[in-house]
Amino acid sequence: MMGIVWTCMLILSLFSAILQKKTGILTTACLAGARSAVELCLSLAGALCLWSGLSKLMERAGLTEKLGRLLRPIFRKLFPQSAKDPLTMGYLTSNVSANLLGLGNAATPTGIAAVKRMKQLSGRTEANDEMCRLIIMNTASIQLLPTTVASIRASCGAAAPFDILPSVWLTSLCSLTIGLLAAKLLRRFYA
Amino acid sequence: MLDLLIPLILIGTSVFALYKKQDVYSCLLEGGKEGLKLLFSIAPALVMLLTAVHMLRDSGAIALLSSFCSPVTSLLGIPSETLPLLLIRPFSGSAALAVGADLITSYGPDSLIGRTAAIMLGSTETTFYTISVYFGAAGIRNTRYAVPAALMADLTGFVVASLCARVF
Repeated sequence: MMGIVWTCMLILSLFSAILQKKTGILTTACLAGARSAVELCLSLAGALCLWSGLSKLMERAGLTEKLGRLLRPIFRKLFPQSAKDPLTMGYLTSNVSANLLGLGNAATPTGIAAVKRMKQLSGRTEANDEMCRLIIMNTASIQLLPTTVASIRASCGAAAPFDILPSVWLTSLCSLTIGLLAAKLLRRFYA
Repeated sequence: MLDLLIPLILIGTSVFALYKKQDVYSCLLEGGKEGLKLLFSIAPALVMLLTAVHMLRDSGAIALLSSFCSPVTSLLGIPSETLPLLLIRPFSGSAALAVGADLITSYGPDSLIGRTAAIMLGSTETTFYTISVYFGAAGIRNTRYAVPAALMADLTGFVVASLCARVF
């Protein structure tokens, strides 16, 4: 999949360079691109290391669980069917609270476990409404602290790297709302 | 308030973990190690992708594509420079990171384009990847309306991100 994307990107740039008579630039561009990736990694390393350390601490101290308990009332509304099963509910809350805290590594296994359990309970191989809702909650990226983006901004000399926070929250909230509304509408067209 | 957010989170978590009788320092080190491992594992992807992104940009292909699509993007209020980010975001997280970082560095973190790219990157996810991993691992064959609804949410995210960058 990514192989096709990568090759297409290169072919596209070759054609474009020939068309616009910029062929001399291509070699420098690919070397500069490779170098800038290493620069990006180095500028991210510190913040990523610090944040992953803190994430581990949040997980171990049981903050994910605490957040999950706070979210329970909302979950009962969004997942009425799954709320009856404590196991599904546990997976769901830890998936969403891991996402909120930016613990992507912890979110994926619990998300998969939640879908598996929902499938087991429904006994069918098609996605039900609550599975779709879970997917939307995951793809709308409800993240309280987008640390990777903030550290890229910091490494470029942003005045206040985290000043995009209100915008990020508002954007996520809007896309989550529209996603859930779209799901409600689209449901009728899929048997 | 926002100035103190990060220091307070660091302090708050440490104090709470100490209260919960966790070995705070070794937890931090263990997590930090995992973070660096993660970075190390995505580094080759970032090198390949940023190479391709630089070639696309310097050859003028991105500018060509952006101007070609600008009637649509301007209708939605999305800056046409962020178009490559929009296109790659649902498919690959590291590619989106590469494209986004390139936009932020070349236009500046506090420029309109840089801010828009940052908000987009922070508030969206790799939709197709998530759907295929979650449903694939659980053995769900028929995804029904999950893809169109999730893409609708992504589009909303891109439009609202552009709006937010302009307003705030």
